[in-house]
Amino acid sequence: MTDIAAAAAVPQISPAADARLMLAAAARWRWWEFAVWIAALAAIVVFPRNLLLLNEIAILALFALSLDLILGFAGIVSLGHAAFFGVGAYAAGLLGKFGYGDPFLGLAAAAAVAAVLGFATSFLLLRGSDLTRLMVTLGIALMLLELANREAWLTGGADGLQGVTIGPVLGLFDFDLSGRTAYLYSLGVLFVLFLLARRIIHSPFGLSLRAVKQNPLRARAIGISVAVRLVAIYTLSAAFAGVAGALSAQTTQYVSLEVFDFIRSADVMLVLVLGGVGYLYGGIFGALIFKLMQDYLSAITPQYWQFWIGLVLVILVLAGRERIGAQLTRLFAPLLRWRRA
Amino acid sequence: MQGSALLLRMRGLQRLNEVSTSKIPKEPASRMVTILFDGIAYGMLLFILACGLSVTLGLMNFVNLAHGAFALAGGYITATLMNRAGFSFFLCLPIAFLFSALIGVALERTLYRHLYDRSHLDQVLFTIGIVFMTVSAVDYTMGSGQQMINIPTVLRGRIDLLGGSIGVYRLFIIVICGLLTLLLQLALVRTRFGSRLRAAVDDPRVARGLGVNVNLVFAVTFAIGSGLAGLGGALGAEVLGMDPTFPVKFMIYFLIVVTVGGASSITGAFFASLLLGIADVAGKYYVPKAGAFIIYAIMVLVLIWRPQGLFVKGATR
Repeated sequence: MTDIAAAAAVPQISPAADARLMLAAAARWRWWEFAVWIAALAAIVVFPRNLLLLNEIAILALFALSLDLILGFAGIVSLGHAAFFGVGAYAAGLLGKFGYGDPFLGLAAAAAVAAVLGFATSFLLLRGSDLTRLMVTLGIALMLLELANREAWLTGGADGLQGVTIGPVLGLFDFDLSGRTAYLYSLGVLFVLFLLARRIIHSPFGLSLRAVKQNPLRARAIGISVAVRLVAIYTLSAAFAGVAGALSAQTTQYVSLEVFDFIRSADVMLVLVLGGVGYLYGGIFGALIFKLMQDYLSAITPQYWQFWIGLVLVILVLAGRERIGAQLTRLFAPLLRWRRA
Repeated sequence: MQGSALLLRMRGLQRLNEVSTSKIPKEPASRMVTILFDGIAYGMLLFILACGLSVTLGLMNFVNLAHGAFALAGGYITATLMNRAGFSFFLCLPIAFLFSALIGVALERTLYRHLYDRSHLDQVLFTIGIVFMTVSAVDYTMGSGQQMINIPTVLRGRIDLLGGSIGVYRLFIIVICGLLTLLLQLALVRTRFGSRLRAAVDDPRVARGLGVNVNLVFAVTFAIGSGLAGLGGALGAEVLGMDPTFPVKFMIYFLIVVTVGGASSITGAFFASLLLGIADVAGKYYVPKAGAFIIYAIMVLVLIWRPQGLFVKGATR
């Protein structure tokens, strides 16, 4: 009798509520996440001479974050992610060139154009294997490169888009030579979009994406519509990449054909893999490592630093990316649990 | 700016040697013959360069983006031997084959074979790493300029054939590559090694159970594929241009040959190469502004329409 009464007294947790609790627990901010963002902000004071480099890191981090959304959370391997970066860069650059230099207008336009392109091309990725996807994404980026090269009256062709003028951020802060405004601006945009990505990843939608990634057939069998999710995340990822491109165009006030280059798509994949795939911070850490490595190595051998990047890639794959990731996690696990204790 | 994606490269802008624009006759009919002929030569060359990839990628399902590195090795060893040691061009061709085949088998035994059963992402990352390293290393040791290969005087000049004017060297390429293609097809279909390879690709476990040394078969296949790429690099240096960024420039072309041709046979890759070669040469001549764009667009469309490739009958794999 008393047992039953006791059982009745404990509030029953429904499966739905249970899932909500689980999602909330996963979405809770860890202490090290605060540390990352505080460090990013503190960098302005600590490294006042390297703000341009920091700005590049922030932009690359956003670009890699956008790739993480599709690669890390939906399992789409893309060799042409530069397509969206480039489209965004040209959208913002052209707006700036033709007198609409408001930074946020440029960002919005870039996100919109890239999202449209992402939406349109996402349907091409629903069929076929990894290989087909690789080829299709690569093909689209190359087509855009061809197009940008050919339509030189609009894009400036091989000379790049020149004469881009960007107004002050919020009408108050001009882009200065030190890169202070640029870095703060890029960091701010990165932070906002990161929050958005984080919210999405820890939503039921984000969970269902992981199911799709792990086993599309089974996901379909339990009633998740795979195609809709892939289209949605691909479009979102394209918009993010477009914003990264816009940031690059606005802060450097220049767009070159290289934005569509295969090397850029390959680099961003490398960045993401360096930082780790599938936990959102991979792009940020990867961009930091990559840019510092590039900075350091190209100071030693200006032309040949790519050799060392290649070597890192080869070693990383041979040693096993997952294994290294697991080792690191185990190494830092006590630290990460520190707050809960 | 006429041009293609291939023009714009990692460092500096370098022009591809135009595949065939010189000495094209004026009147339409003979012009067409010349273009067709140049296209076929170009396509044959692409086939020899890419057929190794069609085995590793198509049959063994290994995404090797570094295939062009073997062609690079072949082209560079030929240029070095000819220019510095005075070797004859004809002697250099088999050397290029052997050199690239050796590099291929060494890499396969030490590195590549660990990656056969890894994810495609890992394979892509690994082979991109190899490409980066190759490009930088070759640039560092040999300089970033074009490698010049002086083809022997016997192969220079042009002859008139079917009303068109045809380069002797292109005829030479067609003959060599045609013979190699026949040889390959026969080897694959008629020989014991060919049937072992087909069995190993079809189902490695069962093949192993039947006593086929699958590792050996794969290694030999890989070596032959790399060797052919090296030979293609040596033959093609004159036509395609040979500089350190070659593996990046032509990566997409090799991939097109394999994916459009389909994975099931080398005949598919052969037809895809011919189609690509003719389309590319004709495109560059007739619509110079749209050339490469059209090729990429067609590739994407074909992949959407038939993800298994154009020349596959009832694909199941």
